[in-house]
Amino acid sequence: MQTDLSVVNVIKKFQDFTAVDSVSFDVEKGRFFSILGPSGCGKTTLLRMISGFFEPTGGTIEIKGKNMAGIPPNKRPVNLIFQNLALFPMMNVGQNIAFGLERQNEKRSVIKRKTGKMLERVGLPGFENKKVDQLSGGQKQRVAIARSLILDPTVLLLDEPLGALDLKLREQMKIELKTLQTQVGTTFVYITHDQSEALVMSDHVAVMNEGKFEQVDTPRNLYAKPLTPFVARFVGENNQWSAKITGIEDTQDERVAMIKTPEGNVFKTIFRENLNTGDDIDLFLRPESLLLEPDPSIETLNRFNIIVKSILFDGANSRILALLPESDREIQISLPQTRQFDHIQPGDKIESGWSPESGITFPREKVVP
Amino acid sequence: MKSGIRWGLVIFITPVLVWLTVLILLPQVDMFIMSIRAENELGEMGFSLANFKLFFLEPIYWRTFARTAIFSILVTFLTFLITMPIAFYITKVVSPKFQGFLSVLILMPFWVSELVRVYGWMILLRESGVINHFLIKFGLLNKPIEMLYNDATMITGLVYTSMLFMLVPLLSVLESLDNSLIEAAYDLGGSVWSIAVRIVIPHCLPGIVSGSIVVFMLTLGNYLTPNLMGGKNGLWFTEQIYNQFIASFNWNQGSAFGFLLLILSSAIIWLGLKLTKQRLGKVVQ
Repeated sequence: MQTDLSVVNVIKKFQDFTAVDSVSFDVEKGRFFSILGPSGCGKTTLLRMISGFFEPTGGTIEIKGKNMAGIPPNKRPVNLIFQNLALFPMMNVGQNIAFGLERQNEKRSVIKRKTGKMLERVGLPGFENKKVDQLSGGQKQRVAIARSLILDPTVLLLDEPLGALDLKLREQMKIELKTLQTQVGTTFVYITHDQSEALVMSDHVAVMNEGKFEQVDTPRNLYAKPLTPFVARFVGENNQWSAKITGIEDTQDERVAMIKTPEGNVFKTIFRENLNTGDDIDLFLRPESLLLEPDPSIETLNRFNIIVKSILFDGANSRILALLPESDREIQISLPQTRQFDHIQPGDKIESGWSPESGITFPREKVVP
Repeated sequence: MKSGIRWGLVIFITPVLVWLTVLILLPQVDMFIMSIRAENELGEMGFSLANFKLFFLEPIYWRTFARTAIFSILVTFLTFLITMPIAFYITKVVSPKFQGFLSVLILMPFWVSELVRVYGWMILLRESGVINHFLIKFGLLNKPIEMLYNDATMITGLVYTSMLFMLVPLLSVLESLDNSLIEAAYDLGGSVWSIAVRIVIPHCLPGIVSGSIVVFMLTLGNYLTPNLMGGKNGLWFTEQIYNQFIASFNWNQGSAFGFLLLILSSAIIWLGLKLTKQRLGKVVQ
């Protein structure tokens, strides 16, 4: 597989502040690659270095094997979709899309044909003479994408383009973007702080925090096997629980730890990190891996009692907010809307359980005083 | 209750109406009446269009007007060419900390009167002036040359006088230009030239037109700078009006010239608005 974009040890410093700290990654041709991180983590800076608006302080950026150092944005085979889309309000839709081709001195007939074709591709046939302010949010989105894709860039960079849309439209555009990307086969590099956008659309996701990549993996692996506590907290919901290892059992294919929480619960969990008896750990449990009123016949489950504090109804994403007895530790548990749990009321004392396979453990993070 | 609102309106609008009537409307009406009166063969005053006729029949008058109009357009254009990069630099390039400082720096010369500024230029440019002194001192010239009293100097002076009035509207329209539009155009392969022509100037057009109107009107109606810095053989139309009122004491002729200046300059601005496809109401906002 050909590598379209290769970023090696890229550093960007603004005076004393390091915005991007030795980031390296490769994106293969035709892939949808996302960079996911909270705002201020350096993802936009990284994108602007790839597009050429910032020059890296260190490291190299290669596009199709060609070093991009010193090449200005208008000479790079990449295009950027801006967060606010930056459509030119002084031009109509057709002129917006033709802008890049005109800069390449294409023949007028060719420009006209290509513009029409591109508008058809993004589902806006015959929109050439519309004004930009006559378009809806989703249509503007498509025009912005068409304006960049018409130049046939090696890599298309997208800077949170769905941020300004309302929820329903955002869900729809997610699917449309992914479909479009598969059709045109252009390499996409997408940055976002919205994990659902990254997980739904991407082939690979890099989770970024404080200028560094925490993990680069497939969406499924990020969710199921986070490599750092940050990824565990940032991707999806998680209950964090501190505990101490009281014993380790090695079986043939996995290592199982006996752990004890400050509240006195004793659990079994598998672990991947290098841990020893007596270590303090952080245990992460996803709300959906906590079962409500589990069948007593399942023997391997870790079981504990909870007191329902409140029910957070949110359709398919509903939760129970629960407390451990005689403790103020809060736990979120998924509440499947299958009518099976309709009888649960705030104040009820019920049993919950989780299987040792679903535990995610990390050595306790050193708290900075 | 209804009449109360009306009273409020009356109180607020009266000063404006008084101002417009007493200071603008009445003098203009008086001027107009004066301009359409002239002496007949018997030396009696009466209705006549002779004052207006003279303007078109005597080449010196309409040629002076044409010269004034053409130079004013040139001054407006030069002012735009010089001010646009300055405005772009202040709003888009320099760090926000210095924006206010630079604007004040441009504003500063306008705290002194135009007369003082023109004399400043004269001290620099005259035969025994500062520039000649240094040119001779460094051996670049043998004997001093007269740099004042020609068209080029006059235009320099007029451009200098007009810059602020172009800069202020340009700063405000450029301020409203989203940086990401410039970046997007650059990202899509735009060069400096194509970004300026396709993005920056179309966006700034209302500001450019409103600045141009102000600069054009001020230049056309300027008396001081052309009179002090221009040559003896290069007349400005305001000087013709002055001559009629003060030198020839022909107030009727002077009024007619004054009116012609108003009408012709309005016509040029109307044409400018048509050519740039701008509406006056939008431009003056």
